[in-house]
Amino acid sequence: MSHPVKVLVPSGSIGTGARPQQPFDLGVSLKPDVIAVDGGSTDSGPHYLGSGTAKCSHGSLRAELKLLMEARHNLGVPLIVGSCGTCGSDQGVDLMRDICRGLAEELGHAVRVTCIYSEQSAATVKTALAEGRIGHLAPRMEIDDSLIDRCSHIVAAMGVEPIIHALREGADIVLAGRATDTALMAAVPIMRGAHAGAAWHAGKILECGAFCTTKPASGAVMATIDDTGFTIHALADGAEATPRTVLAHMLYENANPYELTEPGGALNVEAARYAALDERNVRVEGSTWTPNGVYTVKLEGAAPAGFQGVSLCIIRSPDYIARFDEWLTLLELKVRGNIQAQLKLAPEAYDLQFRAIGRDAVLGGLESRRGDPVEIGVMAVVTTPEAARTKEIIKLLSPPMLHFPLPDDPVTATHAFPLSPSSMDRGVVYEFVLNHVMVVSDPLAPFRFVSSNFGRMQ
Amino acid sequence: MSPSNTTPSPTYAVRTKNAGPFWLTIDIFCDDKPTFWRLREDPRLCAQAIGDLLRTDANSVKIFHIDALDVIKISLPRPVVQGAVADRDMHGAQWAYLLQEQLEKPQ
Repeated sequence: MSHPVKVLVPSGSIGTGARPQQPFDLGVSLKPDVIAVDGGSTDSGPHYLGSGTAKCSHGSLRAELKLLMEARHNLGVPLIVGSCGTCGSDQGVDLMRDICRGLAEELGHAVRVTCIYSEQSAATVKTALAEGRIGHLAPRMEIDDSLIDRCSHIVAAMGVEPIIHALREGADIVLAGRATDTALMAAVPIMRGAHAGAAWHAGKILECGAFCTTKPASGAVMATIDDTGFTIHALADGAEATPRTVLAHMLYENANPYELTEPGGALNVEAARYAALDERNVRVEGSTWTPNGVYTVKLEGAAPAGFQGVSLCIIRSPDYIARFDEWLTLLELKVRGNIQAQLKLAPEAYDLQFRAIGRDAVLGGLESRRGDPVEIGVMAVVTTPEAARTKEIIKLLSPPMLHFPLPDDPVTATHAFPLSPSSMDRGVVYEFVLNHVMVVSDPLAPFRFVSSNFGRMQ
Repeated sequence: MSPSNTTPSPTYAVRTKNAGPFWLTIDIFCDDKPTFWRLREDPRLCAQAIGDLLRTDANSVKIFHIDALDVIKISLPRPVVQGAVADRDMHGAQWAYLLQEQLEKPQ
């Protein structure tokens, strides 16, 4: 029988803001075997992977990593941070490594830090495609060499094996590129021989920290994984973990509530049983893990979608609000006419959208309700393949957005611009273009490991 | 104690979220079994109706009835890929209201 493994998760994602210290301190006092946290997701959109940059502030990442490194040092256990820098790009791993090195020196910790890089070169993915090792996920998106070349960054999501490898090689701190959230939490329990179904299932429940309790914003949560199942422990003052709160987290950001496909296999929780031990502890047994015949890693890729600019004006006049649809239709006709006449650009040469903020800006054509707004913001979004073209169009938008009148308005209309300049150059925008898996010969093969000793050797 | 003539609060809550950049997932949390059984039979929650409402292919709509939680879960390919130039709701969070309001309309 393996020794039960306690996994402490400080929060749903590192760098997303200060949380109460109490639940984390309680977790540390319970002597976890590992501290694990993720640092990103695709949920914030394609910009971060497209640009390779992080969403979180450097100051937040540093403050939170410092707390985790201090706890790790006192406990003498591994610390695992995954999907570093929001998207898990190599730059994201390097960002966390630099923060970690600075903290190790400041704290006087001597630590062995292993970075696991998950970016894939276009050549690697093209070779896999040529060898028939790229599989499609639903919804199917076509892939060819030119699409792969368009991607500015491609990452592969790692499973538990690279993390276990880094720990076996002596890492105190693992800074992983893109990884499944689940794998970060499951790695140490699986390495120590715990029940695989329980380890992966616990990983899924733990991934967002205290989201699986009645105080979702409270940060830290803990699980104990053993030979037959796992127990979720609520840590925050007044927080409860119930079979309902734990089971409900299986649904979160997950298309299938019973199955989770992970690198190397699939977790099935259809037969899992959830039992309350008391108000703060829930026992779960019966989940299963089925290894796949072939080992696959999911690919994420983002490609430039064009250069974008945005302009915003606000309509407050009751007459214009009353006839807003008519006004906006005529404004758009006028603008498109100006672009044709003055810039000689055909409609196919640019993408222009007007979104009426305060009316149906979120759901667009799907919106079924009409309110009675006092004012409506008019946001024009221009996207074209060339930076100069986008800037030209945006500048052409400004005069009509300021002064465009209703056809029978006898006076000069002047609408509100809340900003100067009235337009914003957003530079390159990106789009997610890969929804594929790559078959690999070895779970470690797609990843690169770099280990360093940081801080003073004592 | 609330006056007896106030409108009862809905006995369910609808949440939508991204499930990765290409999928949207809708969770309908029912407060009790009668609501769960009523909604799981509601024609506005069949694949065709959801496909029509969100303008996506009904054949790709997946529906799960989770008895243990009194939850109906519906997953579908996102009508617009998350963060694409035409996307207006990066986190997929506001689609819930469209469905909730649809359910509140008299049939």
